[in-house]
This record gives sequence, C-alpha cells and structure tokens, in this order.
Amino acid sequence: MAQPLLQVARKEEGAMKEDNPNGAIESTESLIDQKVEESVEHAVFGSDLRRREFLRYVGATGALAILKSVFPLDAAKALAQEKTGPIEKKNLKVGFIPITCATPIIMAEPMGFYKKHGLDVQVHKASGWAMIRDLSINGETDATHMLTPMPLATSLGIGSQAVPFIMPAVENINGQAITLANKHKGVKEAKDMKGFKFCVPFDYSMHNFLLRYFLAEGGVDPDKDVQIRVVPPPEMVANLRAGNVDGYLAPDPFNQRAVFEGEGFIFMLSKDIWPGHPCCAFAARKDFADKNPNTFQALFKAIVDATQYAHQASHRKEIAAAIAPRNFLNQPVELLEQVLTGVYPDGLGNTKNVPDRIDFDPFPYHSMAIWILTQMKRWGYIKQDVDYKKIAQEVYLASGCREVMKSLGYKAPAQDSTKHQFTFGKTKVFDPNAPSDYIRSFVIRRA
Amino acid sequence: MDQLAAISERKKAILSSLALLAILLAVWQLTTKPPIQGKAEGLPGPVAVAARAWEMISDPLYDRGPNDKGIGIQLGYSIGRLLVGYTAAAFVAICLGVMLGLSPSFYRALNPYIQILKPISPLAWMPLFLYTIKDSSRSAMMVIFMSSLWPILANTAFGVAGIKRDYLNVSALLQLSWVKRLWKVILPAAAPAIVAGLRISIGSAWVAIVAAEMLIGGTGVGYFVWNEWNNLQLTSVIFAILLTGFVGVVLDMGFGSLAKVLTYKE
Repeated sequence: MAQPLLQVARKEEGAMKEDNPNGAIESTESLIDQKVEESVEHAVFGSDLRRREFLRYVGATGALAILKSVFPLDAAKALAQEKTGPIEKKNLKVGFIPITCATPIIMAEPMGFYKKHGLDVQVHKASGWAMIRDLSINGETDATHMLTPMPLATSLGIGSQAVPFIMPAVENINGQAITLANKHKGVKEAKDMKGFKFCVPFDYSMHNFLLRYFLAEGGVDPDKDVQIRVVPPPEMVANLRAGNVDGYLAPDPFNQRAVFEGEGFIFMLSKDIWPGHPCCAFAARKDFADKNPNTFQALFKAIVDATQYAHQASHRKEIAAAIAPRNFLNQPVELLEQVLTGVYPDGLGNTKNVPDRIDFDPFPYHSMAIWILTQMKRWGYIKQDVDYKKIAQEVYLASGCREVMKSLGYKAPAQDSTKHQFTFGKTKVFDPNAPSDYIRSFVIRRA
Repeated sequence: MDQLAAISERKKAILSSLALLAILLAVWQLTTKPPIQGKAEGLPGPVAVAARAWEMISDPLYDRGPNDKGIGIQLGYSIGRLLVGYTAAAFVAICLGVMLGLSPSFYRALNPYIQILKPISPLAWMPLFLYTIKDSSRSAMMVIFMSSLWPILANTAFGVAGIKRDYLNVSALLQLSWVKRLWKVILPAAAPAIVAGLRISIGSAWVAIVAAEMLIGGTGVGYFVWNEWNNLQLTSVIFAILLTGFVGVVLDMGFGSLAKVLTYKE
C-alpha cells in the first residue's frame, strides 16, 4: 500500500524540481513530508470525510502521533526524500583496477553518470587488489571497485584489518576465463592440468574460488596437485609468454590479451562453470555511507544506472571506446570490443560469438555472498564458525539495490536470495539455506 | 704536450663511446622483428622508441585526468617525493651518525640493530607504512627515507670516527663550545665521507622510488611504467627506463661536484 503512495510523493517532488531547478531545498523537503503524511492518512482513512471526522476527535497532532505508532512515517519520509537531500560531499574519489569488470564504475565518469546524479567523481587507478583495499581502508578513496569476496573478507577481518564494508552493487557477472599457454592446446579437462602453475589475481577473488572449484570437481586438488600464485593481471600475460606459468583464471582484458599477443588460448569461459556468477563489485566503507547517506545514495544510483546501461548489448561498442584511453583501461579499443561484445577469436583459430561472455547486473543476491563464504570456509580461509546469512545481509545490500533499481525504472528480483544453477560440477543447484551441507558434499576440501 | 695528449685521450674516449652507442643501436634495430600485419612482434626497436620518446617529450605537461599526465608532471611527482624522503633521511642519519662516530660505546650498543635493519629491502616496509601512516604517497616517501638512511648513517659514523684525534684534542684544548666544535671541526672534517654517503643514497633512493610508485600507483615515473606495462606498450616502458637512468645520472653528477667542493687536503 505504501509503495504507490511514496511514488506519488516522488513524482510530485520531480515536478517541483523541474519548475525550480536549484530551488530552496528546505521547502521542497517540507512539502514532501507533508505529501507523505497526507498520502498515508489518505491510505489509512480511505475517504476524506472519515479523515475529517477522525481529526475532529483527536486533533491534527494527535492524529499524526497515532499514525506514527502504526506506520513508520519517518522512514517513509526519508525514503521519499532521498533524491533531494543535500549531498554532503560532492567531490569524490573512486578507486578502480584497470580491467573490464570495472566497466560501469569507469565509464560513469566519461559518460556522465556521476554528474547526472549530482556528483563530481574522479576515478583513480590502483595497481593491485591489496592496494585498492588499503586505499579504501585509509580513506584515500571514498568508494571503490572490489572483487565480490573482498568486502566479506574485509568485514570479517580475514586477510585484512577488520573494517566493516558494504557492497551495494555487483558490477559484472561472468567475464572471466581460464587461459592456457599455446603449448597446452591438447588439454581437454581438469585432469590434464595436474602439475600446472596457475595465476589468480587475489586470494579473495571469484577467480581463485572458481579455479579451485573447477579443478577439484575434476579430481585435481588445488593445494597439492597444482600451484596457484597470486599475480597482478598485467604480469600474467608476461609470465605466460616467459613460460613461467601454464595458465591463469583471470579477469578480462587479460585473457583476450593473451590471444591478441599470440601467447595463449581461451580454454574455458567462467560462465560455463556458473552462468551468471558474480565477479567484481562496487563497495564502500560502512562508516562512509553512515556519515554521508545522501552522497552514498546518489553514488549508489549512479552506479546502478551505469551498470544497467552497460547491460544493454547495443551500448557495448560505445562503452569500449569510452574506457579504452590511457586515463582508464589503457587498452586497444579493438580488444575491449572483443571482450564486451562477445565476438572474439579464441586463440585456437575459431571466432566465437558469446554475447553474455561478460554481462552487467547490479543485484547483490545474499546467496552469492553465501556461496563465496562456503568456498572461503571450504578452502580454509575462514577458520571460525560463520553465520552465513547474517554476514551476507550485513555486507550485500540486496534490498537497498532493489529500491534503487525500482526508483530508476528497472525490474529487480523480488527475493534477496535465490538457488543458483551451476553448469559444471556434481552439485548443480546451490541451496543458500544449507551452506554446511553444501561444503560437506565436496570430496576435496580443507574444512 | 701533456695537455694536448689529455685532450686527444678524452676525444678518443668520447669517440669510442659514440661508436659503441651506434653499434648497440644498430644491433638492436637489426634484431627487431618487423611488424606483422601492423602488429609489433617482440621487443620494439630504437626507431620506434625514439618516435615515442619524441612524442612524450614534445608534450611533457599535459593533464588528461588523474590517471594520465605528461611525463614531465610524472617526473615532478617522483622528484618531489624523492626530495622529501631524502632530506628527512639525511637530517636524521647525519645527526645520528655524528653521535655514533663520537661515542664508540653508543656505536657498539646500536650496531646490532643497524646491521639487522640495513639489509631489509626498503620496499618490504611498504605494507607496514601503508598500515600505520594510512597515506600512500607519504608511505612512498618513507620508503625513500628507509632506502637513503643507512648509507648516510654508516658513512657519517665512519667519517666522524675517523677524524684525526689531533683535531679533536686541539679543539678541546681551545675550549671550543660543542656547537663550534661540531660546525668548525667535526662536520668539515667528516664532510667528504658524509657526501660520499649522500651520493650513494641518492642513487638507491631513485631506484627505490620507481619501484615504490609501481606499487602505489597514481602518479610518478614508476606509475607511468606500470600503466604502460598494463598495455604492454614496451616503447613507453623503454623510454621511461632510459629517462630514469638519465635523471639518476644528473642527480649523481650534482653530488659529484658537491664532493669536489668539499674535499680538503691535509
């Protein structure tokens, strides 16, 4: 019942803004408050007649007090206000790693998504994941590009100081691949990879967890039968070239870059392990959002807006051109187009056409967090017992993202959690309600 | 006659230097594979690097956002960081070095710690600095501080300890105040050793800043190298390597002439 009324309030506020673009925020705010109160009263009493009758008995203030006791009026007002609340901090720094996963975060600067939502954002390139974590913890960046497992690990204080982080939105889904050196063209399955040396970009990455998952499902113990090193993605191509490593599970453009350089081939896309798996995310320190709620909200909207824009396949070429310059990814446009459009040479002589090779979807399902936590537990990154649901709820802002998606006119999933479907592996369905059973179902595990 | 011989000797050296350079460049260019279908194969040749270098040098001060600035601006950031970290290190190391040089017992007490700390790569401190200082640029300056500290400290202590006893005895006899003793006797006497330490450490500091900036990102020559490496843009990487070498030589020459001024004959 409350939802349509609040939208009425929002529409009216929108109309106000057009008349009066820089208008007195105070009066707009009080107007919205009044509208929300009226709407709620209207909803409760139905007709104006009954409302007047009621008001005569208890008086206006009394009526409001009674209403407040049964309806979260203040929260409703805050929700309606969110668009016009004064932005506490307009100039922001957002950190990113130069990979295609960060596409929405980066393009939002040159393509004006931050500006559209009233922010002046500069995106800052960081050299590696440990660095981006520390820049964010130290407050040198206000918000940041992260790997989806990082805000969970940082909030738990695993592999980091314990600093509460929140993750309002996923950036990309899919978008990773296993790349192997050309000499391994004969490799067919995980079993053939025993003794290989692999690179992943960070311990707390989907890359690491998906590579381990893939190997272990094929009967290869990722801790004993192969070596997995943490290497910054740009160095991966150089290492492959030098023959130091046999392959890697990496973010793009560095899979495609290996093909481009003629050093390797794309063995498997990560979407063929778990279609729609989360990869990178947009995250911020929790205290930043608490101190600057309106700024955070505007940033949240800008990111979801950009992510949805990037989701449209028809926009991908334009985006590739926007993020290619040296200030951002510093990659050839041609290469970025191969990654973003999904029409690419695989290094084995084929041209593939996989439109969802990388896709962009902001919704941070709690169940994604729970899967990640099960893998952290499975491989011994988490030693203690974990309350999977609680951590997922605290860090992944599913309901907040739903509100923002709806307010921008996009469809959003109705549930915070879902059962994820895998295409690779023994257990095809991940049930977020039974994480411990899921871990126990694996033969190769450390916990 | 001697002078003439010396000049022709120097000419010969310069000529052979140039000949060596020409041979090196020719070999480099000849071993470079020609581009296949417009795509470079292997290491880029000197012509490609020179073209890129000209492009960078002719527009050194452009600023296209926080992640793309001209090579002049990047050099400025690196040298700025270097000067801050280095000056702080020189101050601390000279003060401490004089104390160590004057007091053998103090020296013996502190020596084990210095020996342990000295061989640590300055970059290994980076995570600790980031954690405690909470600022990436200041952490880079601290890396410079750590890399310059030990050579200056060791050389100062060595220089002060090696001052002739006679000088110290005379200054004691003249009942000079300790300030005068420091400024008129100790520092001038130890100056050649101190400057030698300063000269060694400016080199190691310049080596460290490039590596530190590759780690922290953002600005500086090190970041420039890293950013071009991302794109496997080897022409820029080679150009930046040569440029850092050139700056290193200039810094070293500065201290070389300072050393000449401060050397004394007994």
